[in-house]
Amino acid sequence: MNPAITTARRPRSTPPAPVSPFPYHPGSLLSVLDLTVEGVSRLLVRATELENEDPIGRDRILAKRRIALLFYEASTRTRTSFELASKALGADTTLVSSLSSSIEKGESLKDTGLTLRALGAEAIILRHNSSGAAWLLEETTRLPVINAGDGMHEHPTQALLDLRTILAHLRPGVEGVTADTLAGVTVMITGDILHSRVARSNMLLLPRVGARVLLCGPKELLPEQAARSGPGIEIERDFDAALAQSQAVMMLRIQAERLAGLQLDLDEYKADYQLTGQRLAAHAPAAVVLHPGPIIRGLEITAGVADGVQSAILEQVTNGVAIRMAVVERALAEYLSRN
Amino acid sequence: MTTLAICGGRLVDPAAGVDAAKDILLKDGRVAEIAGHGKLKGKNGAEVLDATGLVVAPGLIDLHVHLREPGQAYKETIATGTAAAAAGGFTSVAAMPNTSPINDSAEVTRWMQQPERGAAVRVFPIAAATRGSKGETINDYAALKSAGAVAVTDDGRPILKDGVMRESLAAAARVGLTVIQHAEDTRMTQGASMNLGPVSFKLGLRGMPPEAESGIVERDIRLVTELRESHPHLHVAHISTAAALAAVRQARRNGLRVTCEVAPHHFLLTEEHVGLYNTHAKMNPPLRSAADRDAMIGGILDGVVDAIATDHAPHAMHEKEIEFELAPNGIIGLETALGLCLRWLHGEWKMPLGRVLSLMSAQPAALLGLKCRGTLAVGSFADVVVFDPKAEWTYRATESKSKAKNTPFDGWPMLGKVRWTVSEGRVAYAGQLRV
Repeated sequence: MNPAITTARRPRSTPPAPVSPFPYHPGSLLSVLDLTVEGVSRLLVRATELENEDPIGRDRILAKRRIALLFYEASTRTRTSFELASKALGADTTLVSSLSSSIEKGESLKDTGLTLRALGAEAIILRHNSSGAAWLLEETTRLPVINAGDGMHEHPTQALLDLRTILAHLRPGVEGVTADTLAGVTVMITGDILHSRVARSNMLLLPRVGARVLLCGPKELLPEQAARSGPGIEIERDFDAALAQSQAVMMLRIQAERLAGLQLDLDEYKADYQLTGQRLAAHAPAAVVLHPGPIIRGLEITAGVADGVQSAILEQVTNGVAIRMAVVERALAEYLSRN
Repeated sequence: MTTLAICGGRLVDPAAGVDAAKDILLKDGRVAEIAGHGKLKGKNGAEVLDATGLVVAPGLIDLHVHLREPGQAYKETIATGTAAAAAGGFTSVAAMPNTSPINDSAEVTRWMQQPERGAAVRVFPIAAATRGSKGETINDYAALKSAGAVAVTDDGRPILKDGVMRESLAAAARVGLTVIQHAEDTRMTQGASMNLGPVSFKLGLRGMPPEAESGIVERDIRLVTELRESHPHLHVAHISTAAALAAVRQARRNGLRVTCEVAPHHFLLTEEHVGLYNTHAKMNPPLRSAADRDAMIGGILDGVVDAIATDHAPHAMHEKEIEFELAPNGIIGLETALGLCLRWLHGEWKMPLGRVLSLMSAQPAALLGLKCRGTLAVGSFADVVVFDPKAEWTYRATESKSKAKNTPFDGWPMLGKVRWTVSEGRVAYAGQLRV
């Protein structure tokens, strides 16, 4: 083929890329990209305010509003913290899980959503094993939908609570954020990036507040195209070299349930990417260590590091409740004045 | 049978090298006479269609559609699918064998062509290449051909075993049939629902690598090369990657009979059109990168692409209103192909009208060996499309004649509106008067 000819014949115009109609509801939080930096900042500030508010009184904010938690996947942290957050604001919650509902009988996501809406749900918090499920649910119900994790895609509230945790350690006293709050900070994310919705939400959110995101892992779990997901994302395959550049170290679990036949040599993986006390002391003695959980002790992280002084893993869990109060309040903002 | 005279139009028949002001007389299902305006001799008693200001061309031929019958009439029937074809200007459609049961027998092949199916235009079955499209045992191609099959394929379930594909090519060559391959190495696409690349990573969807297509095309071309003494004809269905197209180009240079088709969505859309999990942008092969899309346009303009085919793949609404990964592949395309090709290939990219029409009639006819179709030379079948080449209109999926509405082109501007479609001398579709 003569490349000159191909170039010369390249047409000038092609159909434009589609314009996204999402989110349909301003209260929805489907992706971290639904939020402006200012919106992120408001949620962070509000999380702190709500956390500090007297529980008696705070439960008037969304008193008797109805929130459905629709969970197609197992969850401890996310489900419980959404539930506690909703209840802390006074809302009624109901949990529908795929294993004890008509979903087992083959009811579709659309019909399940419409049923919940007919039952009076005013917002739906969705955890689903299929990427994009939250978009489908929002389009079909037009309710505020909070994405509590969709397949391998996004987990926006996790990224927000991770940001809150990182701020507490690296920018103590700072409440809101701007585009350069985390300027000069490198956050590394290590492990099974390919299958991780936590990684995707974080790599899209953190650069928007100034951080540099450094992805680390083997090729099978971290394809090159990951770095093209957005600005401020780089890949460093050498774990020690990445650690040496990072002020925050986020470790991820290998998602055995999503490996789809991929064979991994776990001993090799541990040798290359396990976060040990030795490594941490040698390369990142002051870094804050994060993990979205569930952690597999002895695989991606040693028990010593998970329980060690640099670990913020349980703080992340606590921050989840505060962040989710703010997110749930935002979802039902249209009702606030009535209570 | 009525005698039809289509008068006052511009006859564009690329196979006959005609582009001129002509009247045309259709009699007994065939083209009886062509003459200058007002000069038809046998016009007495004929019903006259006034084609003033319109283009009169050979009826369009789509060599890749799914009509879903037998077995999946809730998605589409032969009657509704061919009604959509007629509305889109098509007078012949080649129907893929992934029906239920799979069309791997002379019996099903004949059943699809029976008048009881209520087809508005001619249906040419393409039979399964292997029993049950399982990729193991070659069907009886001679029997399928005599029952009316125009090609063989295991569309959607590509033949992976080299030995079986070689046997298929050889057996098809012996009886003069084309082997159509949906080129996808399914070992590389397990669980995948879109093109592999930055977009699939971002959306958290498993991706189909372009190599899954080009690898099979290269393998098939190798087999055709080995068998070149027996002159097999390999046709690559809905080609979508630059690498696969380059392989076809090279095979042609080497004198092999390797042809390919491109679907409108593959020369117009890219993986970006998946947007946020739009299941109407999910098909197989998937929408590819911009570079691949540009290669498809290049291949159409420079002639390596032999035909435009829609891969019309109707699905019921509820089947597409589910999670992206779970939704079935495919979009409908019969009513948008002409409007998109005229708007983009002809209107935007300045491909001569005759060449666009040739890709949609003369060339697919030659490729499938359809005699006396794809041209309006005297004696040919009276398969005609009459359209207003200047009419701009907006496609509305809700108005589709197909049972299905799954299309990414809903609301798109189109150029060129079908006024009449005539199938073997009968008016199969009559559109609105001037818009």
